[in-house]
Order: sequence, then C-alpha cells, then structure tokens
Amino acid sequence: MEYSDTQKVPFWLNPKVRGVFFQLGVIALVGLLAWYLISNTLHNLERQSIATGFGFLGKESSFEIGESLISYSSADTYARALLVGALNTLKVSLIGIIICVFFGTIIGIARLSTNWLVSRLAAIYIEVMQDIPVLLQLFFWYAIFYELLPSPRQALNPMEGLFLCNRGVVFAVPAAHPAYKYMIAALALGAVCAYLIRRWARRRQARTGRQFPVIRVSLAVVLGLPFLVWAAFGMPTAMDTPELVGFNFKGGATLSPEFIALLLGLVLYTAAFVAEVVRAGIQSVSKGQTEAAMSIGLRPNLVLNLVILPQALRVIVPPLTSQMLNLTKNSSLAVAIGYPDFVSVANTTINQTGQSIEGVALIMLVYLIFSLSTSAFMNWYNKKARLVER
Amino acid sequence: MKTADATIEQQPPEPEEDIRPPVTQIGVIGWVRANLFNGWFNSVLTLVTLYGLGKIAPPFFRWAFIDSVWLTDGRACRAAAGACWSVVTSNFRFIIFGFYPYELHWRPLAAMLLLFALLFYSRDRKHWKKSLLYLWIGGLCIMGLLMRGGLLGLEPVESTRWGGLPLTLLLSVFGLTAAYPLGVLLALGRQSRLPGIRYLCIVYIEMIRGVPLISLLFMGSIIFPLFLPEGITINKILRAQVAIILFTAAYIAEVVRGGLQGMAKGQYEAAESMGLNYFLTMRLIILPQALKIIIPPTVSILISAFKDTSLVVIIALFDVLKTSQTVLSNPEWMGFSPEVYIFVAILYFLGCFSMSGYSRRLERELDTG
Repeated sequence: MEYSDTQKVPFWLNPKVRGVFFQLGVIALVGLLAWYLISNTLHNLERQSIATGFGFLGKESSFEIGESLISYSSADTYARALLVGALNTLKVSLIGIIICVFFGTIIGIARLSTNWLVSRLAAIYIEVMQDIPVLLQLFFWYAIFYELLPSPRQALNPMEGLFLCNRGVVFAVPAAHPAYKYMIAALALGAVCAYLIRRWARRRQARTGRQFPVIRVSLAVVLGLPFLVWAAFGMPTAMDTPELVGFNFKGGATLSPEFIALLLGLVLYTAAFVAEVVRAGIQSVSKGQTEAAMSIGLRPNLVLNLVILPQALRVIVPPLTSQMLNLTKNSSLAVAIGYPDFVSVANTTINQTGQSIEGVALIMLVYLIFSLSTSAFMNWYNKKARLVER
Repeated sequence: MKTADATIEQQPPEPEEDIRPPVTQIGVIGWVRANLFNGWFNSVLTLVTLYGLGKIAPPFFRWAFIDSVWLTDGRACRAAAGACWSVVTSNFRFIIFGFYPYELHWRPLAAMLLLFALLFYSRDRKHWKKSLLYLWIGGLCIMGLLMRGGLLGLEPVESTRWGGLPLTLLLSVFGLTAAYPLGVLLALGRQSRLPGIRYLCIVYIEMIRGVPLISLLFMGSIIFPLFLPEGITINKILRAQVAIILFTAAYIAEVVRGGLQGMAKGQYEAAESMGLNYFLTMRLIILPQALKIIIPPTVSILISAFKDTSLVVIIALFDVLKTSQTVLSNPEWMGFSPEVYIFVAILYFLGCFSMSGYSRRLERELDTG
C-alpha cells in the first residue's frame, strides 16, 4: 500500500465539510419548525381576527392596581400598568433578598453551631422548608393573614402603634417633617464619606503600615451626620399613628396581606437554601487556614476578615446569586395570591386585550433582563474576586 | 537502694479496673455539658432557645392533638378549640383523587402503588440493568392504561377528570423522563465544537433558565393552541406537561454539562486514539461515566420538578394543591386552610424527604466506589 499527498480524502469524510453539513442541517430543522409554528400562529390569529403588535400598550388600561410605587389610576395606559407591576416585582424582590440573605446567613451559621440544640433546630428548619413547595407556603401565609386574622375593628394590637388585621399590618411611622428629607441626604453623604475614608485608610496602610479604625469611624460618620441634622431641626418626634375610622385604619403605613404573605413565603423558603450555601462556604475553608492565621499572630476578628471571609465568599457568592435570582423568579407566583407583580398585571392585560403572545413575550423579556443583568454583574464580580495564584 | 525498695513495697497494688472519668464528663450530664453548656454564650443560647420552644411547642401540640377533632362534620369543627382535621378526613378521597369517578378510585390508586413499587425496586443499585428499563416502560404503560381506561373492559376516563396526587406524580415522573434525553442532547450540543449548534443550545438553555416556570406554563396554556394547525387541539394536561419538560430539560442540561466537564481529558483522547467516532465516543465512553457522577444532582432536579408541579394550580389544573383549595372553597369547610395546607405540606415533605435521603445515600455509595 502506498500513501501519497495527492490522495485526497473524499469530501464526505472531511470533518470540516461534515461540521458545516451538520450545522446547516440542524439550523434548517429549527428554522423549519419555527416557520411551521409561526405560519400556523399567523393563520390562527387571522382567523380569530386578533391584531398583532404592541399597539395595545398605549391604550387605556381601565383596571385598578391595589398597590403602586408610582401614581397610577385606571385611566392610565397599559404600559404604565406594566411599569407599576415591574416596580412591585422589584420592590418585593429587593426587600426579600436583603432579609433572606441576612436570615439565611444566621441559619447557616446556626447549623454549624457547637450547640447541639441550635444546630438541630437549624437542620430541621432547612430540611422542612426546602421540601415544601413555595407556592404552598405562599397560600399558607396568605390564609393566615387574610382568613384568620380579625377584621380591623377587632385588630390584634401586640404593641403600641402596631395593628394586625385581615387588611394587613398597620403601623405608626414618623409624621412628615422637612427634617427627614435632609436626614436621608446626610445619610447618603455619610456613606460617600465612609467610602472615601476606607480608600484613604487602605492607601495609607499600604504606604506606611499604620492601621486606621475604619469601621468605627465610618459608623460614627454614617449614623452621626443624620443625627446632627435631626438635632438641628429640633428633634421632631411626632408619630403618625394609625386610628380606626369606620371599617378601616387611617394614618400610619400599611403593608397589604398579599405583600406580607409573599415576602414571608419567599424569604422563609429561600433562606433555607441560602443557609445551605453559607454552610458549605464556611466549611470549604480548611481548618489549617484558621490555624495558620492564628499562628502568625492575627487577632480573631482579623482572622475572620482577612483570611476566612475572602476565601469563603469566593465559594458562597455564585450559588448565592442564583438563589437571589430564584427568589426574583419565584416572586412571579404572586399572581396566585393577588399581589400585583409584573406577571399578575401582564396576566390581567392578556385577559383584557387577548394579546397573549405579546404578553407572555413581555413577561419573559422582563425576567430575562433581570437574570442577564444579574449574571453580568456576577461575572464582573467573579473576575474581581478570582483567586490570584502566584 | 534500700529506700527505693521500701517505697515500692509501700505502694498499694494497682486496682484491677481503670479509673472511671468523673461523672460530670460522661453519660447524660457529660453530653449536656459538652453540647449545650460549653461556654457562657452557648449556655445563654440554649436557655433562650428552650424558652422559645416552651412558648411555641405546647400550644401548638395542644391545638394539633389535644383539642383537635378528627372525624366530625364542619359544624362540630367550628365549636372545637383546636385543629379541625375532619376537613382532611372527610374530604380525603377528593383531595387525593380529584374529580376522578368515585367508584373507579381503585384505578389511580393501583397506578400509584405500581409507581411506588417500581421506585422502591429501583432504589437498589444491584437492580440497575437493562431489564429495569423494560420494567419501567411496561409499568408506565400499565399506569397509563389504568388512568385512561378504554381497553380490557376498563371504562374510559377523560383526562379532564384526572386530578389530585396521581396528576402531581404523573407530571413530575413524565416530566423528568422526557426531559432527561432532551437535556443530555442540549448539554452535548452546548459542548459541541460546531458554533452553530453550540450557540443554538446556549441560547435555549440560558433563555429558559432566565424566565420563571409560570411564564412557560402561561405559554403552554395560552399560546400552544395558536401554534397548532386549525382543528387540532391537545389537552390541557399535555400542554402543561410540555411546558414542564421544556423547563426541566434546560436545568438537566446544566447538570449534565457539569458531568461532562468533570471527565478527564484523557478519556476523550483514549477514545479518539482507538478510532471511535464522536457518537461512539459519547455512547460508549463519556456518557456512561458522566451520567453516573451526576446521579445525585439529578435527584435534586427531580425534587424541584416534583415541587414545581404545584405551579399548575395557576393555570387551573386540579393537582393535589388545587383539589385541597377546592375543598376550602366549600362553605362547610371554609376557614380551615391551615389544617388542609399542613396536610398537603406533609405529603410533599414525605416525597421530597425520601428522595433527598436517597440522594444522600447514593452520594455516599458512589463516593467510595
């Protein structure tokens, strides 16, 4: 047998040609399927005489929304109604994520406690909460708040200025006063100052080796500035307490039963997963790291800050983000208990206008934007926190 | 010398048994000291926790067991101080079987028992052979026949009347079995060297994982009918099932990708050097190993699929959660939601807990082997 360079591989055995062929084949199949579905859809829409396109967004919505962060009435457009829904989703997700990370971290640490009782209880909590569907938990809390709590007239009053009834939780808030606006500005200013102090202290430590009590000073600045403003305005303490007028409360702030049930269900469910993530992260740092840090003479809080946390966070943050995203996606279950989140408003819109394709596409688009922006942020963080090996 | 001898003689003979540790370090007291009261912080923590438990547990126990009623009608329930478990006992068959014809309840029951028997039989890794696959296919066919009827003298039952626990199990078991091959294909596509196929798979996986299941269920219930040619309709359960399959497949694809990435590069090279082509490499070398290491994460996908089937409530399918809500909308039983929801929660908990326990056991077994 003799091989020569001139002997050509037949073109159907050439891997490059085959690759192109396979890709073209698959893309053609997908394209064919898409064309088939789209043509059917167009035909069906024509038959049912449903208009396509997003023109409906500019029309008057003519439905009310229970709670809204921006001003809204039924005379506004569908676009504004959907915006209200998206803001409600963001509101419950953000508050939920903050409480959930805090609560989940505590449970995760409790799971690792040397105290047998505490660690057992945390383990039971994690197992039970993970094994019950979140929708069922939402229904449960909603039933507790909506069906079992008394009407406003017999509202429970566990402490002064706080009422629990089937219209939600009503509580006292500080009465409006110009001082509060300035206090928020002072808080923001304090936060900026704290950031600058931290940067300056790091640079100085890198240059001279001298340390600066960053945390104590920043806390003093962040809390002290608003306090000074409050004192300068004569320390207003007037409270806006809720009072029973007729069949409902007037004054104070109200959290609707839908919102509380949704928040409670999402937080309690997701916290169990966050706890597992935190536990795994802490356990991933080997004991030798703590011992090594101790042996070079670091104080316990420095061991935690400089050695354990940076390593544990690298393990914790990626799965933690996916839990945050899960919470955001699960907030779409609000539609089942009537909290006006984006899915709920979009669902109402679909029912009123019949624009189902556009409506579902909008839902998917909004959640894709949430997910993709979070994962873009995460990729940036991962790059920053990546292990730099020397 | 003499003095030394004397001291030796003076010493009493060694006692036969070892000296026992002090009583505060062993037994119950020792355990309590070591696990509950080691240090002031833990002691305070223990006391606070015990106080909290003492506040919550006895009233709950009283409500759930001592003051509760079990086998009465709704009126007697309202008079009782504790939990009304009668709402569960008197509507038990409706919660479990939904609107399935009452006198034919034995059929879904038999189907469920068959499913549990198959699951129980598959627990043992010794039974994982090809024959098990055929056993499952045969079993699923018999279950379908039992549910559907219409053959062998069984009265046909419309799928619109299926409901309750059988529907929940059906959606999760079929969801996973159909999503699994699709997920493997997607994972292989995502790892492919051909950019056209790779990007197609990446877009699909990332898109599905970015949206909530409820949006896919909406798509299934409202948009699928528009996709089909005129005159052809598919039933509601199947539409929800397709949505669940499309959703679960994306998650399985990511798990399988983890398994594929966990394979040593040498495995691919060895297969290539033996002259195996892509399909043979995957079928004979890579997938059998990769799919083995991802069994535990696959079980956790099964657990979430099982929990996620509860979402079909929102598109008005009568799964076990919806049947329990239907009971609660009956004026006689209105207001006993905690009892019913606790019962359904126990059902889900039992299912998920046994699966996660099994997954932990498998992880231990596969770890050593």
